[in-house]
Amino acid sequence: MGTFTYFPHTQEDIRTMLDRIGVRSLDELYADVPSEFIHKGEYGLPSARSEEEVRAWFKDLAGKNTELKVFVGAGAYDHYTPSVIPYITSRSEFLTAYTPYQCEISQGTLRYIFEWQTMICALTGMDVANASVYDGPSAAAEAMRMCVACTRKRNTVVASSGLLPNVLETLRTYARYSGINLVETWDVYEAVGEGTLDLAGVIVPSINRFGVIERHLGLADLVHEAGALLVEYCDPSALSVVKTPAEWGADIAVGDGQSLGIPLCYGGPYVGFIACREQWMRKLPGRIVGQTADAEGRRAFVLTLQAREQHIRREKATSNICSNESLMALWCTVYLSLMGPEGMRKLNALCYEGSHYLHDALLATGKFADPFEGREFLKEFALKPLCDVKKLQQALLDAGFFAALQTEEGYVTFCVTERRTREEIDALVKVVKEAEL
Amino acid sequence: MSKVIEGLLYSESHEWVKIEDGLAVIGVSDYAQAEMGDITYVDLPSEGDEVSAGEEFGALESVKASSELYSPVSGTVEEVNSELESAPEKVNEDAYAAWIIKVRLSDESELDALMDAAAYTASLK
Amino acid sequence: MKYYDKLIFELSRPGRCGYSLPASILGGKECACSNVGSKEAPVSGGVWRETPLTLPEVSEPDVVRHYTNLSQMNFGVDTGFYPLGSCTMKYNPKINEEIVSAFNGLHPLQPENTVKGALEVLDFVDGALAEITGMKHFTFLPCAGAHGELTGLMIMREYHMRRGDTARTKVIVPDSAHGTNPASAAVCGLDIVVVKSRPDGLVDVEDLKPLLGPDVAGIMMTNPNTLGLFERDIKEIAELVHECGGLLYYDGANMNPLLGVVRPGDMGFDIMHLNLHKTFSTPHGGGGPGSGPVGVAERLVPLLDVPRTSGFHGNFGIILRACAYILMLGRENVKMAGPLATLSANYIKESLKDCFKLPIQTVCKHEFVFDGLAEPNGVTTLDVAKRLLDYGFHAPTIYFPLLFHQALMIEPTETESLETLDAFIEVMRVIAREAAENPELLHTAPHNTPIGRPDETGAARQPVLKYTK
Repeated sequence: MGTFTYFPHTQEDIRTMLDRIGVRSLDELYADVPSEFIHKGEYGLPSARSEEEVRAWFKDLAGKNTELKVFVGAGAYDHYTPSVIPYITSRSEFLTAYTPYQCEISQGTLRYIFEWQTMICALTGMDVANASVYDGPSAAAEAMRMCVACTRKRNTVVASSGLLPNVLETLRTYARYSGINLVETWDVYEAVGEGTLDLAGVIVPSINRFGVIERHLGLADLVHEAGALLVEYCDPSALSVVKTPAEWGADIAVGDGQSLGIPLCYGGPYVGFIACREQWMRKLPGRIVGQTADAEGRRAFVLTLQAREQHIRREKATSNICSNESLMALWCTVYLSLMGPEGMRKLNALCYEGSHYLHDALLATGKFADPFEGREFLKEFALKPLCDVKKLQQALLDAGFFAALQTEEGYVTFCVTERRTREEIDALVKVVKEAEL
Repeated sequence: MSKVIEGLLYSESHEWVKIEDGLAVIGVSDYAQAEMGDITYVDLPSEGDEVSAGEEFGALESVKASSELYSPVSGTVEEVNSELESAPEKVNEDAYAAWIIKVRLSDESELDALMDAAAYTASLK
Repeated sequence: MKYYDKLIFELSRPGRCGYSLPASILGGKECACSNVGSKEAPVSGGVWRETPLTLPEVSEPDVVRHYTNLSQMNFGVDTGFYPLGSCTMKYNPKINEEIVSAFNGLHPLQPENTVKGALEVLDFVDGALAEITGMKHFTFLPCAGAHGELTGLMIMREYHMRRGDTARTKVIVPDSAHGTNPASAAVCGLDIVVVKSRPDGLVDVEDLKPLLGPDVAGIMMTNPNTLGLFERDIKEIAELVHECGGLLYYDGANMNPLLGVVRPGDMGFDIMHLNLHKTFSTPHGGGGPGSGPVGVAERLVPLLDVPRTSGFHGNFGIILRACAYILMLGRENVKMAGPLATLSANYIKESLKDCFKLPIQTVCKHEFVFDGLAEPNGVTTLDVAKRLLDYGFHAPTIYFPLLFHQALMIEPTETESLETLDAFIEVMRVIAREAAENPELLHTAPHNTPIGRPDETGAARQPVLKYTK
């Protein structure tokens, strides 16, 4: 055996330790394992590499990806990451800590989670938020389960077909195995109006899969009259300017924090959030941080309301979730601290400016129709293609653009964030104009 | 030594029952509150809920534990002690004063299965 | 560590900002739509926010200093020894962090021929994990261990459902299992049946036998279990469960001691998850993001992608880090990881068993459990844990597993030197002496941390869960 950079043991150390234990060899520590289960021979893995070789390996692979100008959203948005954020989140005191079980030496983690909870409440208008969950789609699934738990014996949840495809897929998965009756519909008003006594909750998008900012006038009243809960799925970045779940009268707000400056990174890690009215606080899944004081009266933060959780309640817990996405919650917290209310408003204004410019220019090419004329959108919109979509997508890819994502309904969507420039937008439009489609 | 009060009936899961104005008043024993330590939350049912003997109707929570409450009798919840929502410590202060629910009995014979003070005291040893 | 008592909201002053954005997209002096979201929004559609947004207004230097100060009240693996049982707090290599940014720009829905490098990473890690575990293939969708358990149990249910075997609604879980096991099973719509442990800490096969039948979907096992003991009857258990038509799920939380030694697939497990943030060295990040890929045996491969439990492709950034670790380990070093972790745990166990109660004396794997001090003198496991913080160590996992009242679960991992282990052992002995001589010192510990023991009862009775002015 040679030496390895992560293992500090010298041969002499190993000998000392074996002697203390009273065994002759490392193998003897596995004497209780039936010998047929001990893996003999080599593992089919490559030979150990040096750090520089590892770096080269990844450089080589990264080179096989195509860097594209991203004009697609669909739940993952190409917003700018201020340089402060990776600087802070790579501090090893944050990065290499675990869940703050020992609060006396985890006040850093506990404080930023408390700040995150506060900011999620500010964005959504809700009273209480948890320390985060895996991602937006799984947050929606947790909210679906919350609806069932909050209404006790009820078991039907209505989900708008306008939710993002991956949110619906995740809802279907969780519903299938936990026995929840999930009803998908384009008309939630009608579905609620049908008046099933089994209705536990209704899940609608704040901004739907076509980028349209939805109006939920009177929906909350209807849902509450039916004895159920209203859940809004939202883009937290957009919530700085669009009507909040609280303003629509929702009980639970969920979504993905990715739009708060988290890099696309091929789909993760992102961070889900769940916030709710105080009334449902005890049914929230996952970790929650609360403020208290120590014996000397110093302000202190702790994991609280833990009796909801799996390590105490086991099969009766509100959820099986244990870890959250703490570091990504820090990411978003630092982002929102930097941006402030004014930065968030300006950011959305830039997205609005760019997306509407592109929208109008694409329509002017005559290759699209606008199926949602008159409906407000922010950074993402859908058009009905009057041309061959495959050829359109290929022409855009060839020119270095990822754009015109096709929806199940046959539309194509575009998204413009503040990272896109006029030059890029004009170049994209030129491709569309000139390509033979 | 935890306190056991004469005249009440007790269940194996440490709830007490007292018949008052035709209703079964239900709480937890002093032993149960002491085992839990500082109670931080009482999860209460709603008025009108149906409960049945031996089934869960709520829970006590402390910082590091949770303990289900089991109804000693069957019937309809007529009243819940909503004072406990904001003051769960009352269960610690006097477990026999801090009743939790009042149930209209559907089967009085279920009371026969419960222990009297002497039997309950013996069961704690 | 010094105490720092600010929240970012308390640094806020109207008019300060920490952002830097282009003036406009279209090239004007200002954004043509700067009034979006304000009262005079471009088209008033009743869709705009009316409530003022209360976020902090702070400058960039304020932000950097604030979070730097917060970080200094935190303890991580880079700060010191972190023997948190069942959490495998091993060293997080720095090269892992460096390689991620080259993949940051990839949108998860990009066409496959534009993400060939990313797909090659997933393919490589799939193959490597399959080789290490004896499974056939992995899905990377689950974002954490518990998420993996849930996804794996969904695959288990799907397997039975597709065969029309809908009566299999029970899952067997040992009493020593992690709390996530029964919780995941419940979320997956399964009923939990508990199988007891014997006095020697292993699953009681005789207690298991009568539980098996046509209603059993499977069993969830952690091997080695949460006491750090290898379930040596695993072969018989696997045969019994398979005979009754059930599947075996392997909770990979305790995979570390088997890394490079034993493959769950060889022991008869059908489905498993790995915690890349434990066994494969990715950072825990204060409680995530992790990654909990699920592997299955060959006959379950068609079901691998059926449960869609997260939005895109899982936590790709974490998988990249694990990939770097696997490349660094290579086939040579992988064989040392498990044995050295096991060596460290046994070394601590043997060095402290005279001062701490050791309920199970046999050789352990990566972790073991003390049941409090040998002579407690009124000192609890909580007191010991808190006193350890004063000496610059993180505490072990406490009050778990539930089999013992004063459980102290210690997992040192393979990345700690003999000197570190000796220093920890010495401090534990000092604490045992303090317990005999001055128990009050322990009851009131910690004394040298930014805060003392907080009022957790008050926090739970009157929850304050967000900042208000």
